[in-house]
Amino acid sequence: MTTTINEIDTILQQYPNAQRDALIPILQKIQDQFSYLSRDAVVQVGQHLNLPVSKIYGVATFYNQFRFQPLGQYHIQVCRGTACHVKGSAAVLKSLKHELGIEAGQTTRDGLFSLEIVACIGACGLAPVISVNGEFYASLTPEKVKHIIVSLQRKANGEDSNE
Amino acid sequence: MLNFEANGRSITAKKGETILKALNRAGIKVPTLCYMEDLTPTGACRLCVVEIEGRPGLVPSCAYPVEEGMKIQTHSPRVVRSRKAIVELLLSSHPDDCLYCSRNGTCELQSLAEELGVRERRYTGAKNEYKADMSSLSIVRDPNKCILCGRCVRVCEEVQGVSALDFINRGSCAIVGTAFNEGLNISSCVNCGQCVNVCPTGALREQNHIKEVRDALNDPNKVVVVQHAPAVSVSIAEEFGMKPGRDVCGVMTAALRAMGFDYVFDTAFTADLTIMEEASELAQRIQTGGTLPMMTSCSPGWIKFVEQFYPEFIGNLSTCKSPQQMMGAVIKSFFAQQKKLMPENIFSVSVMPCTAKKFEAQRPEMLNDNIPDVDAVLTTRELALMIRRGGIDLDAIKPENADSPFGQRSSAGKLFGASGGVMEAAARTAYFLLTGQELSELKIQPLRGLKGIKEARFQIGDLDVGVAVASGLGNARKLLEQIKNGRDDLHFIEIMTCPGGCIAGGGQPFNADINAVTKRMKALYTIDRDDTLRVSHKNQEVQKLYDEFLGKPLGEKSHHLLHTHYAPREVMH
Ligand code: SF4
Ligand code: SF4
Ligand code: SF4
Ligand code: FES
Repeated sequence: MTTTINEIDTILQQYPNAQRDALIPILQKIQDQFSYLSRDAVVQVGQHLNLPVSKIYGVATFYNQFRFQPLGQYHIQVCRGTACHVKGSAAVLKSLKHELGIEAGQTTRDGLFSLEIVACIGACGLAPVISVNGEFYASLTPEKVKHIIVSLQRKANGEDSNE
Repeated sequence: MLNFEANGRSITAKKGETILKALNRAGIKVPTLCYMEDLTPTGACRLCVVEIEGRPGLVPSCAYPVEEGMKIQTHSPRVVRSRKAIVELLLSSHPDDCLYCSRNGTCELQSLAEELGVRERRYTGAKNEYKADMSSLSIVRDPNKCILCGRCVRVCEEVQGVSALDFINRGSCAIVGTAFNEGLNISSCVNCGQCVNVCPTGALREQNHIKEVRDALNDPNKVVVVQHAPAVSVSIAEEFGMKPGRDVCGVMTAALRAMGFDYVFDTAFTADLTIMEEASELAQRIQTGGTLPMMTSCSPGWIKFVEQFYPEFIGNLSTCKSPQQMMGAVIKSFFAQQKKLMPENIFSVSVMPCTAKKFEAQRPEMLNDNIPDVDAVLTTRELALMIRRGGIDLDAIKPENADSPFGQRSSAGKLFGASGGVMEAAARTAYFLLTGQELSELKIQPLRGLKGIKEARFQIGDLDVGVAVASGLGNARKLLEQIKNGRDDLHFIEIMTCPGGCIAGGGQPFNADINAVTKRMKALYTIDRDDTLRVSHKNQEVQKLYDEFLGKPLGEKSHHLLHTHYAPREVMH
C-alpha cells in the first residue's frame, strides 16, 4: 500500500485553487485511500496548498484520526469509551504499548501490528474491548492482551494454525 | 487619542493601540511571555492579563486594544494571583534543572517565578520525558524545557519565512517540533538561531563548542588562532552589564590573548578581502554579461535558504566564501607558511554573532585537503561565558591590537556587521575599481538603518547600477519573488539572514530589544565615521597578501582558497 505521486495528484486535482480550509478534507481523502499519510503525500499537499510541511504535520497531529505509518497486518483498535475506561481500558492500552513497543498511531517495525485509540466502538457490554482487524476481543486484562499478541505473532509466522 | 485609567492614573493611548503598549509607554510594566513586538499576538499564555472594571473575566493586555474610558487594574491581588498560578502551572511540568541549565541567569521563566514570588511547588504535573534533539550542527532543542509559548514558531515563520517548527500533537502531549518530528538537521531549518534568541527558556540553545576550544587551548601541540566578527565587539559588552552600543574591540582582543589564544585576528580584515574579490566578481559579471543580479554569499543561513527554497538563484550567488571562511583559509595557508606551521597543528577558532556559522564551518565545501578552514565556532554568548570563566575583568585590562599579518582593517570591513554594510563597502570599492576614483560621499544613507528592504541607485561611469539590501529571510523572499516575477533593474543584492544583520544574529547576547540592536548598529556607524581607513581597497595588509601570496583578485590562488560553489539541497519543506 504505497502511495504514488500520481495517485495523490489525482486527489489533489479535485481541489483546484484550494485554500487552507481544504487541508483537512484533503488529508482525510488521502488517508481513506491509502490508510495513512506518507511523507511524500504530505509534501505534495504542502506544495499544492502552498503550506509548509511542518504546518501540515502540526495540524494533522492535532487530530487523532491521522496516521503517518501504513497499517500493520493486524490493526488493533483500543476502545477508550466511558464503559471501557471504567473497566480498565487504560491498563489494556498500557500493556499493548508495552508488548508492541509502539505508541498509538504507530506501526511495529516488522509491519505486523498497528495501534489506534478509538472513541466508543459500541460494544460496551464487552468492556474493556479491543478489535483486531474488526474482530472483537472482550473483557480484557493485561494478561489476556499478552496472550492475544503472542498468538497473533505465531499465526503470522505460521507456527500455530489452530489459534 | 483615547483616554483611559490604569491603577487610578489617567493615561492617553493612540487609537488601536494595545493596552500593553499604552501601559508600557506610561511606565507600567506588565509581564509577558508569548507576546512578541511587531508579530501577531496570540493571547496564548495569558500572563499579561489585567482587570478591567465592569468586565467579568481578566483580559490579555497584549491582544486587546484600549477603549475610551476603560478603568484598568494591572497589579490587583486578583491579577497577580492569576499570573502566579500560570507560572506555577508551567513549572509543574518543568524540570527543576536551573543550576545545570544553559539559561541559568538569563531565563525568563526563572525571572517570572522570582518576580511573582513563587517559593514552593504547589502543583505537581506529569512530566513527559523527551530526548533532546542534538542532530543540528548549530541548534539544540530540548522539549523538556519548552513552555509552548510559540515564539520560536512565529519568528521562524513570520520573520524568517522558513517554518521549520510548529506545534505538534495536542493537549498534554503537545510539543514544538519539526515536520514528522524529525531531527532539525533534516528539516528546512537554516540554523539562523533567531528562535534561540526569542526562546524564554533553555529549550533552544546553540551547539556549544567551548569544550573543543578549551581542549585546544590546553594542548601544547596546537597553535590556537582566533578571529572575531565585526558585530561581536559592539555587542559583547552587554554580557558584562555595560550599556548596548559600546565597542570593546581592544579589550576583547586583550582578553582573548589572556585566555591563551596565540594569535588574534579581526574578521573585518577578510571582510576587506571579501570586498576585493566580490567587487571584482561584480565588475566582471557586469563587463562579461554574467548572471545578474549578483547576490552576496556571506550569510550561511541565507545560502541554505537559497539551496533549498530557491535553487534557481544559486547561479546568482557570489562564489566568494564568507569572511569567516576566507580568514580560515588564509590562516591555514599563508599564515601557516609564514609561521612555518603545519595546517593540521593550527586550531582555528572564530567568534561569531551567529549560530549558522557553526554549520557553515562544517560544510564539506569548506574543507581544504580534508582540513577544515575553521575548526570551532563560538557565539558571542559563548565567548562571554569563557571570559567570565577565565576570571578576566574587562574593565581592568588594557586594550590591544590584532596580530599581523592580518592586523589592519578598514571601517568598511567593520560595517559588515550591520545590514547594508556589505553593500556600502562593496559600492565604495566597486566604484573605485570601475572608475579609478573614490566615491565623493562614502556614507550611503539609503543603505543604512533597520528597514527590512533598502535600495539605492548609483551612476558608475555611464552605468546606472541598482542595488538592494534585505535582512530577515522573510524580506529576502519578497525580493526574490519580485525578481522571479520579472524585476530586472538590480545588479547587486545583499542578503543577511537575521533582521538588521549580524548585530541581531542568533548568537548575540540575550534579551536584546530593538533599542539595543539600534545601538549596536550606531556603534558600527560611529566607528566608520571616525576611522581614517574607510575603504577596503586601501587596506595595506590586504594588498600585501595579494602581493606576497594570492596574486590578484579572482586569480588562481583566490579561486582555490577563497571561492566555492553551492548546489540544490533536498529537505522536507
Ligand atoms: S529553562 Fe529556565 S526555569 Fe527551566 S531549568 Fe532552565 S533556567 Fe531553569
Ligand atoms: S534556527 Fe532559524 S530556521 Fe532554524 S528553526 Fe530556528 S528560526 Fe527557524
Ligand atoms: S522552544 Fe522556546 S520559544 Fe519555542 S515554544 Fe518552547 S519555550 Fe517557546
Ligand atoms: S503575553 Fe499576552 S497573552 Fe501571552
